[in-house]
Parts: sequence; C-alpha cells; structure tokens
Amino acid sequence: MSVVSEIAVSLQRGEDDQVALLVQRALDDGQDAAAILQDGLVAGMGVVGEQFREREIFLPDVLLAARAMYAGLALLKPLLAKEGVPTSGTVVIGSVQGDLHDIGKNLVGIMLAGAGFDVIDLGSDVAPERFVDAACQHGASVIGLSALLTTTMPMMKNVVELVRGRGLQDRIKVIVGGAPVSDAWARQIGADAYGYDAASAVERVRALARKPA
Amino acid sequence: MKQRIAWRPADTLPDRREVLLLQGIPDGVDPSPRILSIVESATALYLEAAEPRALVADISQEAFAEVYRGEGGNAPVTPVEAIVPRADALALYVATVGARVTDRIRTLFAQNEPALATMLDAVASAAADRLTHLLAVRHGAGTGGANGRGRLTLGYSPGYCGWHVSGQRALFAYLQADAIGVTLNASCLMDPLKSVSGVLAGGPADIHRFVPGYEFCAECRNKTCVSRIKAWSIPMSSG
Repeated sequence: MSVVSEIAVSLQRGEDDQVALLVQRALDDGQDAAAILQDGLVAGMGVVGEQFREREIFLPDVLLAARAMYAGLALLKPLLAKEGVPTSGTVVIGSVQGDLHDIGKNLVGIMLAGAGFDVIDLGSDVAPERFVDAACQHGASVIGLSALLTTTMPMMKNVVELVRGRGLQDRIKVIVGGAPVSDAWARQIGADAYGYDAASAVERVRALARKPA
Repeated sequence: MKQRIAWRPADTLPDRREVLLLQGIPDGVDPSPRILSIVESATALYLEAAEPRALVADISQEAFAEVYRGEGGNAPVTPVEAIVPRADALALYVATVGARVTDRIRTLFAQNEPALATMLDAVASAAADRLTHLLAVRHGAGTGGANGRGRLTLGYSPGYCGWHVSGQRALFAYLQADAIGVTLNASCLMDPLKSVSGVLAGGPADIHRFVPGYEFCAECRNKTCVSRIKAWSIPMSSG
C-alpha cells in the first residue's frame, strides 16, 4: 500500500498522530502536497462521509477522522499556499446575528474542510454585513448560514437580501440550515440551497460551488 | 412560592443512552470502545465543569395565561393551552448547567478536539433536559403526589409545541431568572446556552396526552412528545 493510501486508511480510523507521521513521510519522499491532500486526506474523508451517510459509522467516528485530517492538513497547508494550489472553493460560514448556537455550524465547517473547501468560520452572532464582507474579502462563492431559533431565522433573509442588494447573487450563493430551517423556508427567503444536516450541506455546497458564475 | 435549587453535577448526569441518541447512535447499536471512551471523557469534563441550578416559582392559572399570551406569537391552537387548564399545579422554571460547560465545549473545538467537544455538548444538552425531569419529579412530589399512579408532572417550554419562543420574555420577567445567572438575549436565547425553561404542569396523567398532529408538528425534528407520551402510558395502563 502506498503511503498516500495509508494516510487515507489511517484517517478513516481517526489516527491523528499516524496521519501526521505519514503525511510528513510522504512529503519527505518528495510527493506532491496537492496529491497527498486529494488522494490521502480528501479521499479518506470521502470514504468516511460515505460510511456516515450509510449509517455504518457515527458522528464521533467522523469527528475523530476530522481531527486526523486537520493533523495532516496542518502540515500541508503552508505548502499548498506556497504552491498556489486551488482548493474545492471557499465557503464563509457562521451562525446568524442573535444566535449563539454553533455546534451544527462547526460540524458543517469540519465536513466542508474534509471535502477540500477553505472554510472561513465567522463564529456565532454574525451580522449580515460581516457575512457578505467576508465572502468578498476571501473570494468565497458560498455563504453558509446557521440558525437554531425561529427568532433568528429572519436574519437569514437579511443576508440574502444584502447579497442581492450589492448585486452579488451571481457570484455568491447562500445555503441555510439549522433545526427550525426547512427547504420551504430556504425557498421563501430566496436562498440558493438548504442543508438538512452536515452531510447534505456538503453536497449542496459542492453543487453551488460548481455552478458557473 | 419561589425556590432556588442547586444540584451536585453527579445528580444531573443523563443516561448514556440519551447522550448517544443525541450523537445519532440509535438504541440497539453497540457503540465502539473508542466512542464509549469519548463518552467517559465527556462525562468527566461535565462533572468537573457543571454548576447545575434552577429557579422555580408557583403560578396561578390566571397568571400563567398572561405569561403564555406573551407577545401574541403562539400558534392558533397548541397542546399547552389544552393541557395547562386541566392541571391542578403549575410552576414556572428556569434551570441551567452553567456557563463553564459551554466555555469548555468552545475550548475543545478550538483545540481540534471536535469529537470530545460534540460529545460534551450532547452530555450537557441531555443533562439540561434532565433538569426539567428532576424539577418535574420534585414539583409533582410536592403537589399532590409523585409521578405514577395516575398523576404526572411534565414541563412545556417556549419555542416548542406552538408556544412561541418570544414567550420567554414574559416567563423571565415573572421569574427574574437573572437571580441564578440566566439571561435572555434579544433573540430570546438563553445564556448560558445549556439552560431550559418552561412551565411544569401537574395533574392527572391523562391531561398530557395529545396527538402530535398540529400544523407545527410537521416541522418538528425531535418529536420528544411521542416518547414522553409512550413513557407514561405504560404505568398508566397497568393501573
């Protein structure tokens, strides 16, 4: 088994120390950082995501794999940045203004990073302007909004309207999610997509990021 | 009468089953040893950081009707407005596991420990729910008999079952919940996050029975009413 394949397998097992060790070995062997990322870390997380969707593994297993992925990514990121390697895209995420819940948003961020996206996490209680400003600043094609309260859901509409108000709707897509949020709500406020859970959010973001501007 | 209550963290620990359910691990599945190890670590962190406490105040039917009306955002028809008038003992409550648990969860995320952070979040959420249960049992015992033998006290909360979350403002004004360090933000979100609030309604068990077929039930993801109804239906039917 190649070192890169070993990375993918170790990642699936959530072996963070081993993943870091193997990534370093692959780099020392002269392997390309982008290939290690795609064929090792992203491929491994892809398997994990599939197993999670099929209910073969559970959330803690996914998060252990994510920790292992971050351990490898920490070694690769400086090299990828230096080489100007493109990622799957950039996504700005956060919990909307007035909402301090962040677990769901964190999980989406972890899954997106595992799928090769650059994730700009603005945290919780984020004002609409900050979402749009950050998306512009980082060249993000998707904004992900999380809300856990019916009282904070309307803030999602404010972000959608701000994107449109600035004429950015062709460049920046908005996906919404959270316990009280539904597909109908997403349509009602003019959001581009709705993520039922972290796994489906990744699929939707992938589709949105692929859409031509 | 208003009461402040404090518990030892160990007395508020939820069942492991409830924690695993919150992690998406259903009944009947044997979690792997590494998942069980994370549960143990999260439980230890909870015991170290939790500061569970509550504020409870009796309330009359008339006063509750005023609190329940809140800011007028409730669904047109709700189970609470059917259940509460048939209750013979009512109390409002706010309870929390404290802010240190939430702080710890955030720190763990920042330290790249998402599995442990999420597990601690699940332990704290289940513990907060358990506080409602503990208060209901306590309230039931003090007002006409403990749960079982045809009597039951259950909690109902703003934000659920058609009771609009803005109802929190009236509830907090009645209780003056900042006395135990729980406050509301502009969105009616409780701080600390792992807090619960609502009304304890005690009376004949049958008053709590309802069919979850309201308009808002279609959007509800947790459907805990179903398990609650099932849970008390068994002793009811056996007399």
